[in-house]
Amino acid sequence: MINVVKRLWKIEKDKDIFRSKTMKLDTNQLLRFTTAGSVDDGKSTLIGRLLYDSKSIFEDQMAAVEITSKRKGHEGVDLALFTDGLRDEREQGITIDVAYRYFTTPRRKFIIADTPGHIQYTRNMVTGASTANAALILIDARHGVIEQTKRHAFIASLLQIPHIIVCINKMDLVDYSEQVYDNIVAQFEEFSSKLYVKDIQFLPISALHGDNVVNRSDKMDWYKGAPLLYTLETMHISSDINKIDARFPVQTVLRPQRDEFLDYRGYAGRVASGIFRPGDEVTILPSGFTSKIKSIDTIDGSLEEAFAPMSVSLSLQDDIDVSRGDMIVKKNNQPKPVQEFDAMLCWLNNDTARPRAKYTIMHTSNEQKAMIKNTVYKIDINTYARDEDDQTLNMNDIARVTIRTTRPLMLDEYRDNRITGSFVLIDDATHETVAAGMIV
Amino acid sequence: MGKYYLNYLDELESEAIFILREVWAQFENPVILFSGGKDSILVTHLAKKAFYPSKIPFPLLHVDTGHNFPETIDFRDRLVKELGVELLVGSVQESIDQGRVAEERGKNATRNALQITTLLDAIETHRIDCAIGGGRRDEEKARAKERFFSHRDDFGQWDPKNQRPELWNLLNGKHFEGEHFRAFPISNWTEMDVWNYILKENIQIPSLYYAHERQVVWRQESWIPVSDFLKLEEGEEVHTKKIRFRTLGDITITGGIESDADTLEKIALEVSAMKQTERGNRSDDKRSETAMEDRKRQGYF
Ligand SMILES: Nc1nc2c(ncn2[C@@H]2O[C@H](COP(=O)(O)OP(=O)(O)O)[C@@H](O)[C@H]2O)c(=O)[nH]1
Repeated sequence: MINVVKRLWKIEKDKDIFRSKTMKLDTNQLLRFTTAGSVDDGKSTLIGRLLYDSKSIFEDQMAAVEITSKRKGHEGVDLALFTDGLRDEREQGITIDVAYRYFTTPRRKFIIADTPGHIQYTRNMVTGASTANAALILIDARHGVIEQTKRHAFIASLLQIPHIIVCINKMDLVDYSEQVYDNIVAQFEEFSSKLYVKDIQFLPISALHGDNVVNRSDKMDWYKGAPLLYTLETMHISSDINKIDARFPVQTVLRPQRDEFLDYRGYAGRVASGIFRPGDEVTILPSGFTSKIKSIDTIDGSLEEAFAPMSVSLSLQDDIDVSRGDMIVKKNNQPKPVQEFDAMLCWLNNDTARPRAKYTIMHTSNEQKAMIKNTVYKIDINTYARDEDDQTLNMNDIARVTIRTTRPLMLDEYRDNRITGSFVLIDDATHETVAAGMIV
Repeated sequence: MGKYYLNYLDELESEAIFILREVWAQFENPVILFSGGKDSILVTHLAKKAFYPSKIPFPLLHVDTGHNFPETIDFRDRLVKELGVELLVGSVQESIDQGRVAEERGKNATRNALQITTLLDAIETHRIDCAIGGGRRDEEKARAKERFFSHRDDFGQWDPKNQRPELWNLLNGKHFEGEHFRAFPISNWTEMDVWNYILKENIQIPSLYYAHERQVVWRQESWIPVSDFLKLEEGEEVHTKKIRFRTLGDITITGGIESDADTLEKIALEVSAMKQTERGNRSDDKRSETAMEDRKRQGYF
């Protein structure tokens, strides 16, 4: 293994050293993905393999991992060690939280949110999934679809991750059998038909040996699709952002006290969805005042249009009162102001939810007080069965709840808008983020 | 009709600006932790963009070990003047003089860990409730799981096992009196992203990053600059080499690499072909596998 590494680097040096690092700046996109699998399905090995085969491992990292591999008595290099995190994890030999990894290819920059698959860590998966464009779900080819697989698929669909890639791993241990693969795909399709997922793909791989990860496998001629990395590099993601409903949550107001900008008042924020242009008729929520966009400003000049996820500053033609927590929207397309609504809630905290207690709700840049009026049903994420009797919400529970707020919020359904359709609850006694919600 | 997606650098920029604006909106008294290195220069540049046409609405805080490259201090003072922002300085030398901390002894003594006390003292004195840092998750494994908004208890300590979940773009900066936050707007940037962006934006950085001739000694696998603080050890020889620095820390521990890269283009190309991580040349990180995590738990940057 060690020799292979040196050789790879040497080849790289001779040929085209900048292959994997120099990118076309103007078009290359960022893709965020999560990985889910139960313990020992090969998640760490797969990430290690992606980093290694895409030449994202540095020599000193390699050296450290070689030493640890040797100490642990592994033959060659244990690719899983590249994703090793904090001290506790090293001692316990598990990943305990969300950790982020980065790699770059000539086509894209990737951010991996690496989250563990233990039952108690639903909250970490939900966290990692909340910003992901794609989810990799790992299945051990020897075991096929298991309870955890259903859970991972459920969370990916709950969080509306646009693309799911099911990696059937350890194909080397089932003789690279097409039959085994087909059976697992059929098992997966059977239960996932109950879920709402936009795009599912299946891939037979061996993370350990590198089959169909970066390089196409020569042991599975029956598989005609592209390897994993190519799939990630070329997957169409720009259409995943909502371009219809223009939403601009105001973060802060810019009022420069400088001579040249004395009268300037800019509303700073990041476009959540849709497209804004100067001249657009807009409504400020919740006040309902209307105006027109005068200019869209950045330090590099004014823009003809702004779309998600751009951070800009909007100025309006009329002098009206706008502040943090307000939302600027197009006059002819407004979210609905509601004080009572249903949401899918994932409880993230050790303290059990207190029924009818007040929490702070954070929705875009807006904060209000809220209470959980009641639990409509709890969902068993392994069987997808609903329980309408159990009202308690414990860590890692997922439930449909009814929430009431002290003032109206400007909501969209999560299915239409991941930014204006999501919120968190904060416990005022501890200031901790205790729940994540998706509006239905 | 144009294309309706951002390229990765623009997306990273937009994310960082969003985070900086959240800091300003959610905290009373934030500062930028400014070391004079490229990452804190980048954060400052992004802050300029985030609040334009207003000035950066918070001060820079420099934790000064007293073991600086003179070039870094020059650069800092010029930048502060140009931006018209306030500069706060926490002095490690003063912490030592006041007996708050004791100088390390021995061959590889540094003032690196001593900065923790000075930093936490400055945070308390100036009643800072959020210190914005240039930490990146790709730098080091302990940093890989930092949140954008990272809570510190009233002793300034980080509890990596008990962090607030951060979902979507909802950042929870709520805290009690005496506690504070660290904010990391460039968490998702890699070293290569930083250089590509510096190149694209043509951001001014200290001359130390460009290849230059300097007197150096070979120590711990890198070229350590000759300075008033360097005591030559037996067998060590002073050489004159064309070097540049990949990261900047104390002059006593920051090793240079031999290089001819004297323009931003050449630096970016050189970085793209690097085979060692950037912290590999910093002896503070070579002490143990968990050196960074141990320091960070106590309140380090
Ligand atoms: N034969 C074989 N073993 C694998 C494969 N992928 C992972 N493994 C092994 O499965 C074990 C668990 O892998 P690891 O990546 O640590 O799993 P994780 O718990 O999901 O992160 C390790 O011993 C790996 O070497 C594979 O494709 N084929």
